[in-house]
Amino acid sequence: MSVHTPIYLDYSATTPTDPRVAEAMIPYLTQHYGNPASRSHPFGWTAEKAVENAREEVAKLVNADPREIVWTSGATESNNLAIKGAANFYSGKGKHIVTIQTEHKAVIDTVRELERVGFEATYLAPESNGLVDLEKFRAALRPDTVLASVMLVNNEIGVIQDIEAIGNICREQGVIFHVDAAQATGKVAIDLEKLPVDLMSFSAHKTYGPKGIGALYVRRKPRIRLEAQMHGGGHERGLRSGTLATHQIVGMGEAFRIAREEMELENARIRRLRDRLLAGLQDIEEVYVNGDIKQRVPHNLNISFNYVEGESLIMAVKDIAVSSGSACTSASLEPSYVLRALGRSDELAHSSIRFTIGRFTTEEEIDYTIDLMRKKIGKLRELSPLWEMYQDGIDLNSVQWAAH
Amino acid sequence: MAYSDKVLDHYENPRNVGTLDKNDPHVGTGMVGAPACGDVMKLQIKVNDDGIIEDAKFKTYGCGSAIASSSLVTEWLKGKSLDQAAQIKNSAIVEELALPPVKIHCSVLAEDAIKAALADLKAKQTPAVAAA
Amino acid sequence: MNSAVYLDHNGTTLLDPRVLQAMMPYLSEQHGNATSRHVFGRGARQAIDHARGQVADAVGAHPSQVIFTAGGTEADNLAICGIPATRPNGQIAMSAIEHPAVTRPAFAMRSRGHRVAVIAVDHVGRVEKNHLDAILEKPTALVSVMLANNETGVIQDIAGIAETTRRHGAFMHTDAVQGLGKIKLDFTALNVHAMSLSAHKINGPQGAGALVLDKRVDIQPLLHGGGQEKGLRSGTENVAAIVGFGAACELIRHELVQRTGAVRQLRDQLELGLKALGAHIFGAASSNERLPNTSFFAFPEIEGETLVMALDRKGFAVASGSACSSDSTEPSHVLLAMGVEPELARGAVRVSFGAGNSRQQLVAFLQVLENELQRLKRLTAVAV
Repeated sequence: MSVHTPIYLDYSATTPTDPRVAEAMIPYLTQHYGNPASRSHPFGWTAEKAVENAREEVAKLVNADPREIVWTSGATESNNLAIKGAANFYSGKGKHIVTIQTEHKAVIDTVRELERVGFEATYLAPESNGLVDLEKFRAALRPDTVLASVMLVNNEIGVIQDIEAIGNICREQGVIFHVDAAQATGKVAIDLEKLPVDLMSFSAHKTYGPKGIGALYVRRKPRIRLEAQMHGGGHERGLRSGTLATHQIVGMGEAFRIAREEMELENARIRRLRDRLLAGLQDIEEVYVNGDIKQRVPHNLNISFNYVEGESLIMAVKDIAVSSGSACTSASLEPSYVLRALGRSDELAHSSIRFTIGRFTTEEEIDYTIDLMRKKIGKLRELSPLWEMYQDGIDLNSVQWAAH
Repeated sequence: MAYSDKVLDHYENPRNVGTLDKNDPHVGTGMVGAPACGDVMKLQIKVNDDGIIEDAKFKTYGCGSAIASSSLVTEWLKGKSLDQAAQIKNSAIVEELALPPVKIHCSVLAEDAIKAALADLKAKQTPAVAAA
Repeated sequence: MNSAVYLDHNGTTLLDPRVLQAMMPYLSEQHGNATSRHVFGRGARQAIDHARGQVADAVGAHPSQVIFTAGGTEADNLAICGIPATRPNGQIAMSAIEHPAVTRPAFAMRSRGHRVAVIAVDHVGRVEKNHLDAILEKPTALVSVMLANNETGVIQDIAGIAETTRRHGAFMHTDAVQGLGKIKLDFTALNVHAMSLSAHKINGPQGAGALVLDKRVDIQPLLHGGGQEKGLRSGTENVAAIVGFGAACELIRHELVQRTGAVRQLRDQLELGLKALGAHIFGAASSNERLPNTSFFAFPEIEGETLVMALDRKGFAVASGSACSSDSTEPSHVLLAMGVEPELARGAVRVSFGAGNSRQQLVAFLQVLENELQRLKRLTAVAV
């Protein structure tokens, strides 16, 4: 069987909408279901019913009460609402926030914004495997710590944090605990009845749902209160105003229903594919897996190819759609802050590739990818003076480079 | 990232990749850049007794434009005298490869690599001065 | 499938099939994240840029002035919270008839030290310019006046208000959500600094809107994160909805004259019928000073909510107030601001025409309305 290129191995950036999800959405796009806030005519009623069904599906996946689910325009908004909303509401308790250096930008930049308006923040470094050390976390909490935010699954390296243990520490200290679970739904089981988590952010488009819709879990018992960030018609019990996109909500509900029903089988299949990819790449010389390989979702393989420059690597692998360890700013390549927080050198961060596997990935695609990577890495190393020096036994750290 | 066809051509089919014996008195070696900056270029030239460059080789750790810039100058260097080689300017590389402003540093690096190779050769061929 | 006649286009509109067609690829195979650098991401990025051009063209703006948001409410919030944030001592002035998406964030800004001033409107729903002048005597960060009211459809002299505002060194925002697609909009001619738009009011999808912004205005983002929309609106772009918004804007650019002509005829006919039945029509008397599709009216002694329910049972979907405040039974704040008696205001019903409405529907509507009025009047008479 031949493969169709480019091969999509960037499921953590976004997932294709599942055809079943698209099918569920279309009626709400083509027929008149109206504005769910319009209570006075039946168009509005139908929309409201669909919205509440979807809310139930989202709640079911994470074992929460539907009344604990607030719709947002996506995980970025959920993170902003949770962090700013809780920090501002409870600022009487204190103005210190603890988070992790490897959080998503939507968390880091939101905490930065709070720092700008008078909060203090601790950005805890993870261990070199990407996981949070519980004792270091405990030590980072202060009497005036109001909120901690730790992601469940990291978007770049796929490691799974021990949310239960971290949450228990927060409970002991009376700290509100927010978890960004955008990358986790459909990949790890989440039981909010048991987890000591107060606020949790979700995204639809990372779980085969549509873009532009997300949700925030807001615990009812004990009740967590938030200062609204989007003001207006008072939708979502005043927590999030703005006309809800019925078709997108319906899509998220359907996507989360499918995730709940198929997660187990799907993860087993994806794990086999990931292990096959890892086996095909790890015997190349001088490759490094980034992040703990065990406490990690099966969908993710993040790997650095030493002595290969990042941008040329991206050019070389244009037949596969992947993310690389460098964010392209207009003038320069910034190495991934996540990999740097693990203590990786800039060069290794630049030369990393994140492969993320998903529902529609095939074994043929994995084999093609292995073959392509082996060829291209070989070619680029053939071109690399650093590889030549390494093979000649020269320690690159002993070389005096003329910085330019 | 829009690369010009010429950059893509040099990237896909780099010319004169390889290594010359750096201990050969007729070989000049220039290594410029640093891994931390994302570019390292190694450029080598071999001159005959008439002072004409008869071979040039390169290896580059860097982006597509850096690879293309060094590949291009190895083509230009062959057959040139040392004086002519010293005249190669980065602006000519920019023009030939249609490099965008953010990639001009690649051409500067290539020009620096030529100068470094020429300096190395000069140092080797005037051993008295080098010894002093 | 619903067979009822939809007469609530100011609430939301049906998606145009041509818009859906434009969106479909982005709900299926074109699934990239616009931030990604590979071909899937670049495809999404190009689609967004194309839509940005279409939106800009529809409102006489430059594409670089268009910031996509999740909708009109978010665009309003971004302007109302974001612009004063950089001018800590200035007050926020808004008209008395603004949408909650403007009033609520404005009042929320009081906790950050901003005064809020409310500009009065006259009995036909237009901003009292003398009152605006008086308010602007105090240092003002932002003035926000909606281009056309969602309930009455009354159109404001935005360019004039903007000129006054600029003269006092303040910034000017207009919520143009109800204006887009119903009257010609020109960002440059309106001379405002910021203008809110929404897709689902113009036969585009829910989930997309925009703030058109003069780039010289310093503004604080609402959402922090990945730095999308030049840092002004973080979050993965809703590509399908943005593409749909662009397509809907492209359609109104070509079809505005024809569309407004059609709804204006229906509306003017409706109002002849309403007057014959004894209705009081709110807002500017000249129908040219109101949106061409909107009628906001009341029959004395008939409660609006009751009439809406009665019409609903007969298959006509109309609104009793703005959709967003339907939860409350308070009379419309817009009408109260215009000095309408609360008793009469409680009777308010809004009909707003749009694509798909026909003359036959209008005739049927007027007939049903007449019957229902008679029935309700009998009931009231019995009750009394």
